[in-house]
Amino acid sequence: MSDFLNYLSSNVTPGQAGAYLWVTIYILIIFAVASVAVMAMTWLERKILAHMQVRLGPMRVGPHGLLQPIADAVKLLIKEDIIPEGADKLVFWMAPVVVVITAFTTYIVIPFGPTHAVTDMNIGILFMLGVASLGTLGIIMAGWASNSHYPLLGSLRSSAQMVSYEVAMGMAVVSAVLMTSLTGAGAYGIGATAANSLGTLSMIGIVEAQMNQHVWFIFKFFPLGFAAFGIFAIAMVAETNRAPFDLPEAESELTAGFHTEYSGFRWSLFFMAEYAAMIAVASIAVTLWLGGWLRPFPHWLSGDPWGTAFSFFPALTFFVLAGMSFRATIRMPEHPYFKIQKTGLGIFGLVLGAIGLVLLVPPVRDRIQDIYWFTIKVAAFMYLYIWYRGTFPRYRFDQLMKLGWKFMIPAGIGVLILTALVGVL
Amino acid sequence: MNPVATPFFFYALAAVAVLSAIAVIMRRNPVHSAIALIFTLLSLAGLYLMLYAPFVAGVQIILYVGGIVVLFLFVIMLINIDRMEREYQFNKQWLVGLLAAAVLGTLFVAVYVKGQAIFPQHAVRFPEQLNTQQVGKMLYVDYLLPFEIASLLLLVAIVGAVVMAKKRI
Repeated sequence: MSDFLNYLSSNVTPGQAGAYLWVTIYILIIFAVASVAVMAMTWLERKILAHMQVRLGPMRVGPHGLLQPIADAVKLLIKEDIIPEGADKLVFWMAPVVVVITAFTTYIVIPFGPTHAVTDMNIGILFMLGVASLGTLGIIMAGWASNSHYPLLGSLRSSAQMVSYEVAMGMAVVSAVLMTSLTGAGAYGIGATAANSLGTLSMIGIVEAQMNQHVWFIFKFFPLGFAAFGIFAIAMVAETNRAPFDLPEAESELTAGFHTEYSGFRWSLFFMAEYAAMIAVASIAVTLWLGGWLRPFPHWLSGDPWGTAFSFFPALTFFVLAGMSFRATIRMPEHPYFKIQKTGLGIFGLVLGAIGLVLLVPPVRDRIQDIYWFTIKVAAFMYLYIWYRGTFPRYRFDQLMKLGWKFMIPAGIGVLILTALVGVL
Repeated sequence: MNPVATPFFFYALAAVAVLSAIAVIMRRNPVHSAIALIFTLLSLAGLYLMLYAPFVAGVQIILYVGGIVVLFLFVIMLINIDRMEREYQFNKQWLVGLLAAAVLGTLFVAVYVKGQAIFPQHAVRFPEQLNTQQVGKMLYVDYLLPFEIASLLLLVAIVGAVVMAKKRI
């Protein structure tokens, strides 16, 4: 028991400290929070898309559709599980399992804070890219095992797209990893000295390099960091088969692509894996370019008044959300049918406000900072994903592949070469 | 952190690798063979991890499993398997194959028994934090010319594949 509590006083991740029970606890927490985040994403996506298209979205199931994810989950769980007749049963069963496992395994190395990761492998970013590339296999298996030509075409297109954009992602990631070890010269050499420029592949090491060099890598070697970030931001959307690169799973083109023949819980596994993969690649982007868990201006605006001011942000966020809930409560129609929804929304607003109040307590305020800033940045990326879906028309598949091979990869290689040149000059 | 249950993990990974490799050649359905190959390559990555080479393990997963087996599966999916599965499998060279395997096996056993001097006495343990740096240094400093030649070979292969697949050059 004392061994168990000993870990709390160490300053490494539980995987590095060898504290197996804490590793299990972290994994369970991350899995639970990721599942809840996926459910919240389904609601957010429908609501935000609806608002972008000047309509309301789900409003019926709970107050403002807040219980819609639960209704969706129940519906998917009680649906009949259909296996097509000529389908290869083993591979048909294994495909969603592979996709979900690889999507969630990437969460092991995501750094929510300097010690808040399950473990800090010294090949962290390589591990994430590798496990993300394993997801492609699940999609291929799904398409083939369905014994039907629409899923086969969809999975072929989807996996071809994923493999192509993995290369572009890799180039962008390598240029970010280069920045951990390059110092640059002249105006580019500010902040990065030989002491704090040790190259590393570990996710926590990359964020600490940004902290020690006093610069987020998106701003380092401007505009190269920005270009690398842009390439990764586009490639990650293509990697997760999201709009505007979602031809393989577009309803009007391929009747839902590789997961056409999957029903009920199996389809919800694919769905969960897609959102989990979105959060994972957004975490890569946040860690590599946007400073991970660092708050804005940790060095320029350092010290006591600024530190305390920034530490109120988590509570402020929850108060804003609670305020929005209360405003929606007041604006509910005065009909007796809406009484339950009104009280429900009011209670939801009170719960959010209570969480905000808990986050005002000083010990909690100090500890929640890293996780909060990381989560806010990833949430901004999720909003970007939904924004892309509501804004851009779909790419045709040959346009998609042309973009990947003829523009993204040369641009990625160019950014890589320029970063290396600028860094060693 | 000290390694835990090393013999168990080694035997487990080795068993998975050998059994999956046998499944690769024994399964009638090519997709099943490819999936068994995935298991073999993943267990090899685990064995690399046991040798304190995390970079090699990561690259094995990215390139072999996430790249090469994916391309295998592309090709397998595009061909018609039903007829192939029902065909009668025959092999006219099984005797020669058996003899060659027996000779190779004897060679391995002889090397292991008589040539104990070639194998290192203790497991050489490199610091695993430096695996990436060491592989990079060897590739780009010590063995730069073979590296460039290998990349040229890959370029030739890519160009050849594109030339063969294009309708008009």
